[in-house]
Amino acid sequence: MAERKVSRRGLLTGGAAAAGGLAAGGYAIRRSTEPAGPSGPPALRAGGPAPAVEPFHGVHQAGIATPPQTYAAFVGLDLRPGTSREALGRLMRLLTDDARRLTAGRAGLADAQPELADLPARLTVTFGFGPGLFEAAKLERSRPGTELPRFRIDRLEDRWSGGDLLVQLCADDGVTLAHALRLIVKDARDFGTVRWTQRGFRRAAQPQGQTQRNLMGQLDGTVQPPDLDRSVWIRDGPGWLRGGTLMVLRRISMDLEKWDEADEGAKEFAMGRRIKDGSPLTGRAEHDDPDLTAVDRLGFPVISEVAHVRLSRAADPSLRILRRGYNYDEAIDVDGVSDSGLLFVSYQADLARQFVPIQRRLAETDQLNLWTTPIGSAVFVLPPGCGPGGWIGETLLG
Amino acid sequence: MSSRAVFSRTAQFVAAVALGAAALTGCGNDSDGGTAAPASTPASTPAAPLTITDPWVKTADEGMTAAFGTLTNTTGAELTIVSGATPASPKVELHEVAGTGGEMKMRPREGGFTIPAGGRLELKPGGFHIMLMGVTKPIKPGDQVAFTLTLKDGTTFPFTALGKAFKGGNEKYVPGH
Repeated sequence: MAERKVSRRGLLTGGAAAAGGLAAGGYAIRRSTEPAGPSGPPALRAGGPAPAVEPFHGVHQAGIATPPQTYAAFVGLDLRPGTSREALGRLMRLLTDDARRLTAGRAGLADAQPELADLPARLTVTFGFGPGLFEAAKLERSRPGTELPRFRIDRLEDRWSGGDLLVQLCADDGVTLAHALRLIVKDARDFGTVRWTQRGFRRAAQPQGQTQRNLMGQLDGTVQPPDLDRSVWIRDGPGWLRGGTLMVLRRISMDLEKWDEADEGAKEFAMGRRIKDGSPLTGRAEHDDPDLTAVDRLGFPVISEVAHVRLSRAADPSLRILRRGYNYDEAIDVDGVSDSGLLFVSYQADLARQFVPIQRRLAETDQLNLWTTPIGSAVFVLPPGCGPGGWIGETLLG
Repeated sequence: MSSRAVFSRTAQFVAAVALGAAALTGCGNDSDGGTAAPASTPASTPAAPLTITDPWVKTADEGMTAAFGTLTNTTGAELTIVSGATPASPKVELHEVAGTGGEMKMRPREGGFTIPAGGRLELKPGGFHIMLMGVTKPIKPGDQVAFTLTLKDGTTFPFTALGKAFKGGNEKYVPGH
């Protein structure tokens, strides 16, 4: 079982390559213009095409440290009543088998459209367990903390919240994704019902490693953890979970009509960054460290007390969360108003220490709350990865 | 789960034993391969005469169902599979599907499955398959079901198939064809 050192090294190298930009994005390596050298792993060679196959096996599940693919689908399932630990083992063996084959570009067993598996397009399939799964398996004592407090800004809807089992699928090709999604849901539906499906996308026509813009036009995801071993992967606690992580998925609706009305100054005041290049108002480049103490001639902070960049900042870099979000854009209503937003996705080793303090600050005063509303929220425990003979969840359910 | 990787190692071992001893005849339901510890596999195991990739079995609560996969003859001589067995069903038949157009009909394959030297035989819905005539205990999704195929010379070949829910291969069984 080879550890996925590539990603981790990639992150570190990315940080180093960004020299001076100490808040280098987690995926910065892909943007590096410096060739990694002929001896570097192919995935790290600058300018080359993205690898078509993301390895499924490893210490960690794929789809977390993996540079984000263009398309994503997140499916939340509720287990059918009476689903036992034994049944969950069967379910996860089946789903692991599907994921292992599909991510390698092979058809699933009993795949009715095997031809659609030919182009893996960096497909990753990632599994997460909600609190209800631990209950069903009578393993509540093995569950790490997954509770989130109620945040003042939340307007959560059941149809976008909760779930016992998460399947996250990401790929650079929409057909590949649709095929994988259907095959996996067909195998899961004997065990559970679909609670929600959330689909998202990122820019395809942008080099890997560059920070992407969300649908408000902001560069989103500039600051990422410098060391995933410290921030994302669980290293202590229950043995079954080492190498795993915790995932927060929040559906954040954007009031783009209202955002349109704001002028550039107001937008930048709210963000604490420039819209054009994402640079902090106290700096010149995106990865410049924001100077939160700087004041203007009148003595007011250059980066406002309620600016997003100030409130979302974790002082200790090891407390940063890995963000891997996707845009959503659903049906336009009869009046021509879009239903747009962000599937906020973060991975972190510890919710209480990492996610909750940031979200609390944002919920209290973040100026961006004028335009954004969380309408869905779910937390999942992502087990570690597995080797060629194993299955995801084996360390808990096996 | 890579049923291939897991299975082929034990299969090779069991097959080697079967070949060497030439004593494992019939279709014992106990030859599920579980007792063959890979750790004890000799370093120079002779290649198994038969391998199977992607074995799976259609889930069923009762009655009839079928198992599939791709069989490969690794030897230089033709192999004939004359029977199959599984603890999941007391009666097992080797079937083919015949007919053209609209509705295909399946029936026992006379003389069993023949695989040419170095060749492959794909067992799939709508084609050749291993038919379970009467499932006695439900085959559930994700179940690992043991099978044993018996060759004309009495050699047995065990493998494990993964239970998969499947609708398709619209065909009807014609008993007593």
